Amino acid sequence: MSPTQQEISAEIAAQAAPTSGALHPERRYPPYRSSLLRHPSQPVVALEDPDAVELSGPVFGVTDVTELDADLTRQHHGEPLGERITVTGRVLDRNGRPVRGQLVEIWQANASGRYAHQRDQHPAPLDPNFTGVGRCLTDDEGGYAFTTIKPGAYPWRNHTNAWRPAHIHFSLFGTAFAQRLVTQMYFPGDPLFAYDPILRSVTDDAARQRLVAAYDHELSVPEWSLGYRWDVVLDGPAATWTEEGR
Amino acid sequence: MLPTPSQTVGPFYGYALPFPDGGVVAPAGHPAAIVLHGRVLDGDGAPIPDALLEFWQAAPDGGREGRPGSLRRDHTTGGYAGRDGLSFTGFGRVATDADGSWTLHTLAPPAETPYLAVCVFARGLLHHLFTRVYLPDARPDDVLRRIPVERRSTLFAQEERPGLFGFDIRLQGAPHEETVFLDLA
Ligand SMILES: [Fe+3]
Repeated sequence: MSPTQQEISAEIAAQAAPTSGALHPERRYPPYRSSLLRHPSQPVVALEDPDAVELSGPVFGVTDVTELDADLTRQHHGEPLGERITVTGRVLDRNGRPVRGQLVEIWQANASGRYAHQRDQHPAPLDPNFTGVGRCLTDDEGGYAFTTIKPGAYPWRNHTNAWRPAHIHFSLFGTAFAQRLVTQMYFPGDPLFAYDPILRSVTDDAARQRLVAAYDHELSVPEWSLGYRWDVVLDGPAATWTEEGR
Repeated sequence: MLPTPSQTVGPFYGYALPFPDGGVVAPAGHPAAIVLHGRVLDGDGAPIPDALLEFWQAAPDGGREGRPGSLRRDHTTGGYAGRDGLSFTGFGRVATDADGSWTLHTLAPPAETPYLAVCVFARGLLHHLFTRVYLPDARPDDVLRRIPVERRSTLFAQEERPGLFGFDIRLQGAPHEETVFLDLA
């Protein structure tokens, strides 16, 4: 039997830790059912190796991206349906230093909440003018920018009547392989936030807020697009930053 | 500054992150190329068909500077562009197949750092996991020495025939079965 939203919401409430200071989700988060068999049961071993290969990382350059890759509305002959948006921000390390020249990749559903992916069979229309994949390199200030359309919410099968809030998937590289991050950006004020076990797996309220972009009217372009700003701070590696309390 | 939390890669990254021949890191025709392969398994021992693995390693000469050109997709042909087929980029990305399997063609890392760093992403995994693949003849380093002996073998590839190495990643299991994962943050 698929759990009801009420049952999942009760589990989410039981797991809530609004001021725990937890920075990332626990890998075991029962309200997200798929986590149950896919989290380690043994403790993760802290790596303290100043010569670790993980303190260096892959490099990217002009041969990895093209200018067109950052505009998801221009990858086909026609215009995609939906609300045109720009999403921009900076990628920083935990010391606040810009992460320069690194690859940012995004993927997302179309305006109807449908992915251009064979395994997404939810009965919402595909858009022949929208694939939903973008990439760019960060600039000297760590800045990135994408033009895209606002993705729709979509259903999934974690429980009965499960809906994901609208989100854009982000993949980011730092200067060290240990800084690797894959995450999701959400849109402010989404009414689905409270119901979503994936977002709520980040149990600390302030940490969860860091996944939500800000609407920025200064970024909106007249007669063209709405602007959202979202900065990303990459975690780790332990050996390259010093901060109180760590 | 406090980090942006991780979120699962989800089930639908398949048309965005993997790229053709993402597991072919060794320059074409290189005489010292090796092949690593294995499966990604869950707590029931069942294959995980929607995991994504990334590999990063030193070049055989010890270099860790990498090379650009790992990751450009050619929109016209669906193939890849940007890699010259000669340089060693040090970086590979492979999605698991329907049976949870993956394959990486690469060059053996140097004796000083005889391992490949691995980052594991999957639907159901809310925060990626790091591990390492050590080649069978690697001498125990400081990291291996910190790991209980009965769990250490989970970090070693098995040579199946010359140049071909097997390595399964088990996300959950008994202490001697579950892959040792490393916290780098
Ligand atoms: Fe999604």
